[in-house]
Amino acid sequence: MPEAFLEKYLRLENLPTIWCAGCGLGTDMRSIVKAFDTLELDPDMTVLVSGIGCSSRMPAYVDVNTVHTTHGRAIAFATGIKLANHDLTVVVVSGDGDAAAIGGNHLIHACRRNINITLVVLNNSNYGMTSGQYSPLTPQGSVATTAPYGNVEQSWDLCDLARASGATYVARSTTFHYELITKLVTKGIEHKGFSFIEVITQCPTYFGRFNLAGSPTDMLKYQKTHSIRIERSDGTEEAITIGELYKREAREYCDHYDELIVRAKELKAEMSED
Amino acid sequence: MGDARVQLLQGNEACAEGALAAGCRFYGGYPITPSSEIAEIMAFRLPQEGGKFVQMEDEIGSIASIIGASMAGVKAFTATSGPGYSLMMENIGYACVTEIPIVIVNVMRCGPSTGQPTATGQGDLMQARWGTHSDHPAITLAAASGQEMYDLTAKAFNLSEKFRMPVTMLSDAVVGHIRERVVLHSPDEIGIVQRKLADESADEYVPMDVDDSHIPALANLGSKHHPYYTGLVHSGKGFFTSKPEEVEYFIRRLSLKVEKHKDELIDVEELGTDDCEVCLVSFGVSGRAAINIAQRMRDAGKKVGHLRLKTVWPFPDEVIKSIAAKCHTFVVPEMNLGQLKLEVERAACGEAKVIGVNNISGSMITTHEIYDVVKEFV
Repeated sequence: MPEAFLEKYLRLENLPTIWCAGCGLGTDMRSIVKAFDTLELDPDMTVLVSGIGCSSRMPAYVDVNTVHTTHGRAIAFATGIKLANHDLTVVVVSGDGDAAAIGGNHLIHACRRNINITLVVLNNSNYGMTSGQYSPLTPQGSVATTAPYGNVEQSWDLCDLARASGATYVARSTTFHYELITKLVTKGIEHKGFSFIEVITQCPTYFGRFNLAGSPTDMLKYQKTHSIRIERSDGTEEAITIGELYKREAREYCDHYDELIVRAKELKAEMSED
Repeated sequence: MGDARVQLLQGNEACAEGALAAGCRFYGGYPITPSSEIAEIMAFRLPQEGGKFVQMEDEIGSIASIIGASMAGVKAFTATSGPGYSLMMENIGYACVTEIPIVIVNVMRCGPSTGQPTATGQGDLMQARWGTHSDHPAITLAAASGQEMYDLTAKAFNLSEKFRMPVTMLSDAVVGHIRERVVLHSPDEIGIVQRKLADESADEYVPMDVDDSHIPALANLGSKHHPYYTGLVHSGKGFFTSKPEEVEYFIRRLSLKVEKHKDELIDVEELGTDDCEVCLVSFGVSGRAAINIAQRMRDAGKKVGHLRLKTVWPFPDEVIKSIAAKCHTFVVPEMNLGQLKLEVERAACGEAKVIGVNNISGSMITTHEIYDVVKEFV
């Protein structure tokens, strides 16, 4: 029998997922819905939005209000959803290609607006759905189907980008640290403003196989041994920094817009009195 | 005091007011000439009505935001011009497949690519039908005046809500910017249509459960029915399917929504089409020159008629066919290289000659240009 929170938040009838054996996305999905359960989110008022890619298939398995949109556009759809109805809790799941390449423009502008949406980028270092092409987050030198001689492009630190773009909550975990994912997503949803959470996850079928990263277990061990908690980091290590990287309080977009509506209505009333 | 409902308005202003009257409470847009006034007015007017305006980072974001807002239950629209309309195409297809009501107003400019931003044109007629990939339905209206910018924008909302699909309204730089007398019909006069919603008291909701209308009920986001929207071809339950019979049914049904209701959707203005020997066929602003010629030649005793399409998609094949049985020549004046003419030829099936009058200079097509062609055939 699945655990109670999985019964509550998953469409068990749609399982098994399309994800490959050893893929990190199943673990990530469990950790995300565990956060929903921690917060006791009302599934009727929760919206999970995605774009295109392996991770973007997640909404089909999650039993809340769900939208599987076009490639790269999930955050722009989510902006319309949240602005139209502030009462909805809006969470976006996206892959590294979806969020950083085709959707990069929407990402930075959603950060800038500081709209109360939680974005979870599931970064498996390549385009898994289309069989392993390089993405903006593929490490330089790694092999991909479109980088057969090694990737010549620099990769991005998406957390740095989110922070520089105005996100007011920025955090990172790996799939190995599955309880940390739950903690960070929980805090991200609770945070009033744009929350950005990157999860380093494994794609054993393509990225792992092309780059001789070993079995899924080996890839998880790599996540464990190559990560360092932000509290213990002096910022100089060659490691994946995990935990809450950045947080600040700032005016949230929908609240700000509601204040604007009050002013616009007052002005209209004054104008009609004149 | 005059009637407050009668105002001198710019076409783009009339469009914005028509949207508000129809119940629009969300606008997502990106600045582009010659449509920008619509965004500016919505930014000012929407908050007064408790609605929301957002200027997105590009037109792809604009259309995504309005689809999202509409999924959340709020009537939403965007306005743009050619280059922005091109950027919106993928998500117009998405709105067709997810069956989400949205309205797109395209204030057309002259020419392909960046074209002539402040000049008029009618080159996006075929794009409104076939701009997004593969087989999909389309409803497109075309406004020829400030009054129609108001009336047809409101109508576009009604049709999108009823048929659960995107509706495009084509305008152009002239109609968008011209100032004319506009009667602001009240919502009661317009007759506001609301989407058919899934029954929230029912335990079960089958997203694709359709009756003869082929239009399923919609569950807004924030529903106990937990809808799943996807651009993938989906089965009755709303989830991805690759079963050939389900794929075939789904794609056919989308187009049947429009096909089955063609009579209700077709909207034309006719002058002398019963007895004409030469019939002018137009849409949008070129109709203003065309009707002038038709009327003047009729006054001079010539058997000239005029048919103006207020609904361009679906195309009124039957109307063209019945006129083709009576007249010997169609003259099609348009500000493109013959897009409407192609459709008239197709529908006329060789029963009448079809002659084009094409102006792609960025200036309004003139009565003289049209007259010089028509006079050769009467």
